Amino acid sequence: MEKKLPTIEIIEKYCKGCYICVEFCPTKVLEMKGFVVAVKDLEACIKCMQCELRCPDFAIKVTA
Amino acid sequence: MAFDYEKYIRPGKLPHIWCPGCGHGIVMKGLIRAIDTVGLKKENTAIVSGIGCASRLPGYMDCCTLHTAHGRAAAFATGVKMARPEMDVILVGGDGDGTAIGGNHFIHACRRNINMTYIILNNKIYGMTGGQFSPATPTGDKASTTPYGNPDPPFDIAKLAIGAGATFVARGTAFHANQIDKLITEAIQHKGFSVVEILDDCPTTYGRRNKFKSVIEMMNHLKDIAVPVKAAEKMSPEQLKGKVLTGVLYKEEKPEYTEEYAKVIQRAQAAK
Repeated sequence: MEKKLPTIEIIEKYCKGCYICVEFCPTKVLEMKGFVVAVKDLEACIKCMQCELRCPDFAIKVTA
Repeated sequence: MAFDYEKYIRPGKLPHIWCPGCGHGIVMKGLIRAIDTVGLKKENTAIVSGIGCASRLPGYMDCCTLHTAHGRAAAFATGVKMARPEMDVILVGGDGDGTAIGGNHFIHACRRNINMTYIILNNKIYGMTGGQFSPATPTGDKASTTPYGNPDPPFDIAKLAIGAGATFVARGTAFHANQIDKLITEAIQHKGFSVVEILDDCPTTYGRRNKFKSVIEMMNHLKDIAVPVKAAEKMSPEQLKGKVLTGVLYKEEKPEYTEEYAKVIQRAQAAK
């Protein structure tokens, strides 16, 4: 059965590149591209929402 | 489903002014989730703050907001609550704003047990004014005004609040993001003066002076020092050295100030 992937929306205008989401993602879904966060491996996402909870800049929205 | 924070944020206000990695945004998200959980109405909620990084928070919130003089959040908020007791009043401020410049207002608001919620974002320093040491800066730590180490012992803000008479005292950290809204929700629902101290990180003015190489190190430090109250009961005093208790630290029921004051008005009018 195919896994339904979540969508991770990143509002680049808000991101300040603090690394919190990249570092505390348990499955290393996110990476830095320059000064802004980007999705590296969406398939690894377990929808724990920790990136959305910890983003101080309101820049990440995860929709399961 | 992603939480719609922008419902509670003034349009066009983001991105906010806080530095990269500053935990204030995490606490603001927690506050928004708590307001949503309790179901507070925007037009019936007053968010009051003094001056400082943390005190910029009400500027982004789409509620009734009041940005007042340095340290005087508790005084102005008491006025709001006395004039309009039906309003839900939330105070937001930093450690310097709340316990140094506004220390007197803070302890007397605690003593009166007026039904408000005070969220103190403790980043251990005066961030906005250039990194001067605050009453919450740990002994020996460096600040722009203590380049050779701070000789003062710090305040334990939660203990100060309990001692001054607050009836609900809780502590969380910016790292434990999903605990913040639970603590603030409980604090808003509590009838009486509630204090929620959130240990925060200030990478710009505190971290770089105190050998924290990155935001991640500061966040991991918060993770390491925090011990939940229940877990701490099973730990020895040696194990608890250097740790900070988190969770609901104190809770009691006491007469609430606006109700007691209404009784005074009744008595005075009956005596005429």
